[in-house]
Amino acid sequence: MSAAFVYRWRKAKNLAMTGLSLLSVGAALVPLFLIFFYTLSQGIGALNLDFFIHMPKPVGETGGGMANAIVGTGILILIGSAFGLPIGILAGIYLAEYGHTAFGAVTRFMTDVMSGIPSIVVGVVAYILVVLPMGHFSALAGGVALGLLMIPTVTRTTEEMIKLVPDSYREAALALGIQRWRATLRVILPAALKGITTGVLLAIARAAGETAPLLFTSLGNRFWSTDVTQPIAALTVFAYDYSKSPFEDWIRQSWAAAFVLILLIFVVNVLFRIVTRGRFAAER
Amino acid sequence: MKAEGVNAFFGKTQALKGVSLDVPENQVVAVIGPSGCGKSTFLRCLNRMHEVAGGSRVGSILLDGENIDDIDPVNLRRRVGMVFQKPNPFPTMSVFDNVAAGLKLNGTRDRGKLAEVVERSLRQAALWDEVKDSLQKSGVSLSGGQQQRLCIARTLAVDPEVILMDEPASALDPISTAKIEELIFQLKSSYTVVIVTHNMQQAARVSDMTGFFYMGNLIEYDVTKKIFTAPSMKQTEDYVTGRFG
Repeated sequence: MSAAFVYRWRKAKNLAMTGLSLLSVGAALVPLFLIFFYTLSQGIGALNLDFFIHMPKPVGETGGGMANAIVGTGILILIGSAFGLPIGILAGIYLAEYGHTAFGAVTRFMTDVMSGIPSIVVGVVAYILVVLPMGHFSALAGGVALGLLMIPTVTRTTEEMIKLVPDSYREAALALGIQRWRATLRVILPAALKGITTGVLLAIARAAGETAPLLFTSLGNRFWSTDVTQPIAALTVFAYDYSKSPFEDWIRQSWAAAFVLILLIFVVNVLFRIVTRGRFAAER
Repeated sequence: MKAEGVNAFFGKTQALKGVSLDVPENQVVAVIGPSGCGKSTFLRCLNRMHEVAGGSRVGSILLDGENIDDIDPVNLRRRVGMVFQKPNPFPTMSVFDNVAAGLKLNGTRDRGKLAEVVERSLRQAALWDEVKDSLQKSGVSLSGGQQQRLCIARTLAVDPEVILMDEPASALDPISTAKIEELIFQLKSSYTVVIVTHNMQQAARVSDMTGFFYMGNLIEYDVTKKIFTAPSMKQTEDYVTGRFG
């Protein structure tokens, strides 16, 4: 085989592989765009200003909106984050910095198990923990359920991201006579922040899209409510309820709810990125 | 500082065997030897970083007559600072915050005091003129040589008594190396310096005393001039003349 031929053959292989990778990227992005545009096209009839600022109309009447559901989803995510994020991030820090023990190994294993638990089971746990003592359904219970769902993802991602921070920074901080916990919090954590944010976003996205655990914790609410001790509406639950209905108008609203949900996640993603970019650049 | 019969281990492997060495105040001690001879391990024993990496030590080390095992490690490391081989300024902090880190992260809030210490340290590290107008720039935006001087300034900011340097110029270009060596010379008047180097010429240029390590043993420790011109041990002579290394 001549050198020129081998060279051309290698170039061709390189081109083929690059092309294959690009194709795969396309294949991965196609479902995303399909979902985006399909939900949009199906729900566009119901997507107007009314949808965002009006309450649901009584059964049988057309029109109305999902203002309460949008706010409800927002409140549920907030409660879930307030509950799940601190626990998850702190657990992740512990596992990365102090988790080289048997206890750490067990914790890691249990976290992985927890991430595999069906969300409806988590809903039952929240039911037992919050709904029963309170005596009624509430947004709090829904928030706790979502928080529990967030914890495994956030913990594992935080742990991995902190482990990625080079040891040289830990050593430098310790050699300055800085206490270990301070070094972890003020030097290591900021360096890992970008990666941790990704984990947090993934967790929020998952939680925002959950329906089953909310069915018997926050229940759903046809009326406007921001009281966390009362049942609250959620986009996912609404989409579920309305999609089972015989009314075409409601079905269109259900599609619109799905679309709004996707949009919400997208916006949260972009906002986070804008806020944390530049502030904590761990490149180089 | 004084080391007496120091034996250091990494698990079962013995890295240092009965090392005894006196570091006189306001002098520069160079530690030389081939790769793997234990010089970095010895340095890390001096500020108890050896145990952070999972090692263990038998034998005492004294700082100003006080056994370092009796001092809180955090306090010890404020009195015995360390500069590493690869410059490692904190990536999420500005130049100012990097230098102030040792103070800021230990509770000092007074902005005036911090600014004062930062300027003093940067001047001592011969970096002030180059960065005084860009103190808020990211610490990692500087060149390699500047980053290392930044790390030195960071170490100086906590006002240590002893400064340990683990091959501080080996990752730098010759011009930066020369600047660092000049710096060490100036630091001598206010601090005590122990520097590990695999560059013998650097040791000869910069130090007052030199210790030659080989396979975990301190073979010879004497005035630098003597080590390099008329060493007493044959091994020292072989290493210094380049017969092995």
